[in-house]
Amino acid sequence: MTPEMSGGRQETYSDREIREILDSVRTIAVVGASPKPSRPSYFVSKYLMAKGYDVIPVNPGHGGKDIAGARVFESLAQIDRPVDMVDIFRSADAAYGITQQAIAIGAKVVWMQLGVRDEEAAALAEAAGLKVVMNRCPKIEYGRLSGEIGWTGVNSRVLSSRRPGMGATGGQQRTLGPKR
Amino acid sequence: MMQERQPGFDTLAIHAGARPDPATGARVTPIYQTTSYVFDNTEHAAALFNLETFGNIYSRIMNPTAAVLEERLAALEGGTAALATASGHGAQNLIFHTLMEPGAEFIAARQLYGGSINQFSYSFAKCGWTVKWADTEDPESFRAQVTDKTRAIFIESIANPGGVVSDIEAIAKVAKEAGVPLIVDNTLATPYLVRPAEHGADIIVHSLTKFLGGHGNSVGGALVDCGTFDWMASGKYPTMSEPLESYHGITMAETFGNFAFAIAARVLALRDLGPAIAPMNAFLILTGIETLPLRMQRHCENALAVAQWLEAHEKVAWVNYAGLASSRFSGLAEKYCPKGAGAVFTFGLEGGFEAGVKLVESVELFSHLANIGDTRSLIIHPASTTHRQLSDDQRAAAGAGDDVVRLSIGLEDKDDIIADLDQALASF
Repeated sequence: MTPEMSGGRQETYSDREIREILDSVRTIAVVGASPKPSRPSYFVSKYLMAKGYDVIPVNPGHGGKDIAGARVFESLAQIDRPVDMVDIFRSADAAYGITQQAIAIGAKVVWMQLGVRDEEAAALAEAAGLKVVMNRCPKIEYGRLSGEIGWTGVNSRVLSSRRPGMGATGGQQRTLGPKR
Repeated sequence: MMQERQPGFDTLAIHAGARPDPATGARVTPIYQTTSYVFDNTEHAAALFNLETFGNIYSRIMNPTAAVLEERLAALEGGTAALATASGHGAQNLIFHTLMEPGAEFIAARQLYGGSINQFSYSFAKCGWTVKWADTEDPESFRAQVTDKTRAIFIESIANPGGVVSDIEAIAKVAKEAGVPLIVDNTLATPYLVRPAEHGADIIVHSLTKFLGGHGNSVGGALVDCGTFDWMASGKYPTMSEPLESYHGITMAETFGNFAFAIAARVLALRDLGPAIAPMNAFLILTGIETLPLRMQRHCENALAVAQWLEAHEKVAWVNYAGLASSRFSGLAEKYCPKGAGAVFTFGLEGGFEAGVKLVESVELFSHLANIGDTRSLIIHPASTTHRQLSDDQRAAAGAGDDVVRLSIGLEDKDDIIADLDQALASF
């Protein structure tokens, strides 16, 4: 099911809104990050790291260990630096509590992964001045907006006559390009 | 909430998937004529092989020119992703390799391109996949073939050799109730005329060789993932919903969500079976797609004029073109392809088999060959060529009996097309 087809309020986000979020955040706490390389949460964390984000895995069962080279914290409250965005890689019933913690630590964005939506949590975060994205994946969104996802034949739904941004580390890395 | 403008079909046909080349600024998609791509470092290589990141490894599995074609097809069909292949048959191989296990069955319409009937009947049987036939004119005939081994239903939107329009929604309902994906071959219609995803298709397959490429210069194929089938919930498709040993235990449907089928077809079936499209062919087909809307309008206009002229000719027994008011498919054509019923159709000659042979030997402008969907007008006698390997019963069921002549109407002046048929019909 495409995000557009799933209905509900605040589930259609313009490319501009998503881009603004991905351009503005640097530190992303991934709640529910798994140490298993076969899990989507691991893929997403590693991809965001490669794009230059400071990714902080949060998982109560793995505190102090590392996931893809980043130290794991047991909870959002324990993180030792400011967090811009909280990516919720948990089932929807955990979203409300995590959103409360995200507000408490001063995060600016609450992002719920593909398949995760909680409208009460979204309302709570928005009332506290946070931006909210539900039922989306930041890796897919970054891949769409940079054009990288098209390399695997995926419909990015982005039309642009501007040259895509190239990453500093090598030919096979694209970026979101200059801020607009 | 911000509402973004949705680009129209003609705009997508030119722009979807094709941003300027980041390295050179080239505006037209370059032909990336390379087998392989350097890795940034070993970590990057490992991430690519593990499917953790997007990128290019080897042109059997992905190529940047082909990728633009794929994204454009996905956009035109309203799908989530696409995969281009060496031919339409290659795409069918990849689809069924991803869906089927030995012992599984699928249901296909009898009204198919003769090559598909062969592929399904004989080559697929060697894989232990059994095709059960149904009648595309009778959606209930599909239901009658459903068993607990059924894994897919396959139809053509407008059936080759022409004139038949499938009731996609009615057949999609049967597929949904059976819990299997509906695969629609949309080659004759192209997404300009019919958009199967809007009528319940889960997977779309194309021969790009025909109207999409449109110039008779490149063989190619594609599958489009409509992103509509819930593989995890189904459990009937282990390739999609179970951890894969060859990728360290990742699960396709879980990791790749609503474009998982296209990814699985690429990183498993294409990786292992190998029918990759050549970059040059992808480039030529992309160039063709830019003018698809204009070409299809003229193809349909010319085809209707020729069909009407033939219908009034004394040596013509019948004309089977869904765009004609006299066609029993005109109602379905109005529903599914209101912009036109395509440009491939059949007609029967009063003189039967012999007259058919004389006609194809007497035309001067029409080319006697086995393709369709070219700028040039094409003619063939299916019974002696494309459908020759079928039994008499199969030929009749596929609409390719002895008296049948198939035309693919090109983009020449319609008066010249008609004049050529006129002189050829007058020669016997």
